[in-house]
Amino acid sequence: MLEEPIHMTTDTRDERVRAVPTLSRLLARPELGAVAGALLVFAFFAVTAGGSGIYSAKGIVNFLEISAQLGILAAPVALLMIAGEFDLSVGSMIGFAGIAIAIPTLAWGWPIWLAVLFAFAVCGFFGYLNGLIVVKTGLPSFIVTLGSLFMLRGLTLGIMRGVTGRTQASGLHEYSRDDWITPFFSGQVLRTPVAWLADLGIIGKRADGLPMITGIPMSIIWWIALTLFCTWLLTRTRFGNWIFAAGGEANAARNLGVPVARTKITLFVFTALAATLFAAIQVLVTGSADTLRGNLKEFEAIIAVVIGGTLLTGGYGSAIGAMFGALIFGVVQMGIFYTGIDTDWFKLFMGAMMVTAVLFNSYVRNRAMRNR
Amino acid sequence: MTAPLIELQRVSKYFGTVIALKEVSFDLKAGEVHCLLGDNGAGKSTLIKILSGVHVPDEGAILVAGEPARFGSPRETLDRGIATVYQDLALVPLMSVARNFFLGREPMRRLGPIRQLDIDYANRTAWRELRDMGIELRDPEQPVGTLSGGERQCLAIARAIHFGAKVLILDEPTSALGVHQASIVLKLVVESRARGLGVIFISHNVHHAYVVGDRFTILKRGRSAGTYARSDISRDQLLHLMAGGKELVDLEAEIARLSTSASSRRKPGPIQ
Repeated sequence: MLEEPIHMTTDTRDERVRAVPTLSRLLARPELGAVAGALLVFAFFAVTAGGSGIYSAKGIVNFLEISAQLGILAAPVALLMIAGEFDLSVGSMIGFAGIAIAIPTLAWGWPIWLAVLFAFAVCGFFGYLNGLIVVKTGLPSFIVTLGSLFMLRGLTLGIMRGVTGRTQASGLHEYSRDDWITPFFSGQVLRTPVAWLADLGIIGKRADGLPMITGIPMSIIWWIALTLFCTWLLTRTRFGNWIFAAGGEANAARNLGVPVARTKITLFVFTALAATLFAAIQVLVTGSADTLRGNLKEFEAIIAVVIGGTLLTGGYGSAIGAMFGALIFGVVQMGIFYTGIDTDWFKLFMGAMMVTAVLFNSYVRNRAMRNR
Repeated sequence: MTAPLIELQRVSKYFGTVIALKEVSFDLKAGEVHCLLGDNGAGKSTLIKILSGVHVPDEGAILVAGEPARFGSPRETLDRGIATVYQDLALVPLMSVARNFFLGREPMRRLGPIRQLDIDYANRTAWRELRDMGIELRDPEQPVGTLSGGERQCLAIARAIHFGAKVLILDEPTSALGVHQASIVLKLVVESRARGLGVIFISHNVHHAYVVGDRFTILKRGRSAGTYARSDISRDQLLHLMAGGKELVDLEAEIARLSTSASSRRKPGPIQ
């Protein structure tokens, strides 16, 4: 087809290809800060609260559950932020999804499984609207979803009070107990291996002789599965390539035929669905719904994502990083509790952690962008 | 003699009352670099946009391989093997070289029921294509942001060639580059010609154009000031044609006058 190409420079490539040191490759990973941070807080609480049971099976499951809830939000939020957009409506969406499960069940007599699917459908549609408005108007998503944050919370309160006359609903356990969908959200898995480990004495026993934990909560499974899925999506699919391109240089992406608008809208739907998953787990575990649920979760998710090395300006980041960001969040929250420090200090700590992470990440990114 | 890859016959384009191009003829053969020269506002951009399918000419004809053609969109032009590399290059700095190379046309691989990116193929191909163009990459996974300006330009060109371009339209490919970086790009233009591609090289830099050009068409205020083969015209003649010889002579005279008056006003002061 083509003639033998003319080589313009001398052939020295082999040495140079091997010349990229593994360490500098590792240092260029977006997750680096979060992994280092996680190790740091693990070590910190091992020293300050090591004897208090934070790293017992029960303690681990406790902080993993907190991390898992946040992590379920953080993974899709990371993808959206890499695509260059924010979703501040995630927290309000959790509240709305909660009542979208509770009202059909309690007031209209629907089975729980139908109510959960209904919540996914309605919230997915709201996510679609968020995305559509952002893409069509060209307004910053920060503003558009700030509007949705308030609108959804107002809608949640208005509907809930209008239908039930109250802002909370409880007693959902009665309806969910025998529903086929319940184990997917509030169940436990790996009960048999956990029991074995307890028999072997690896997992400690309570005073009454029963194991401290009986299984791994589903929320942790969802967290890990969702993070792995998002990572695969981001690094190994065409859609993932489009996410990076949409956030990195939307114009260039468009000129190359990347459907930037569709990519972003899909991700807004995804964050809304993640908020619904969060709500479904919460409702089915606690058996209650509350119009105030999910308050500030949008910012906690952003903190986890940013600690995880994702750039606020888009185009760069990772879902694994967000997972570690969420892990830090859970460990610190429980760790402060176990050390006996007043938990009021938690928010101070997380805020400072985030600012530090941003500083660290911009340093790492500058390294990555420097001529290697 | 085979028909030119692309040919414009007495093409005109008007924007309202503005005559952007008037009866400009232009053709490009395989294996040649045809430079399109002109000052700002000469109509270069309009001509590029007609060639790349953004604008439809109001008068005149476009022929592709001797057949009359009508481009409805840039996509259509691209499908016919005519690729335009604009100044913004359509690259994403934070993404890897290989991912940029295949952005929008990602190679896929089947893994059971799942389809996913063939990263290995993308890395190998991008690296090989660039190497064949004379760009030695350290690592196909390095971000485009770490490349020099010339290397980025080459990446955009190599990408166009890989995806089947027969005609390359390069819009000011060297204008933002230093001497060394520009020379990388100029080498690549020569390499493309050696592969049998036709290259339309748009520039206002006569020095760069003269190094690589086989023919030169000068645009002036929307009209063609003629097409010259390299053997028929010297660099200085080209420069004069393009800038308008008189304008340059006037400019030189004015600068000489300014510098003499400036030096007469300058008083010797203490050395610091």
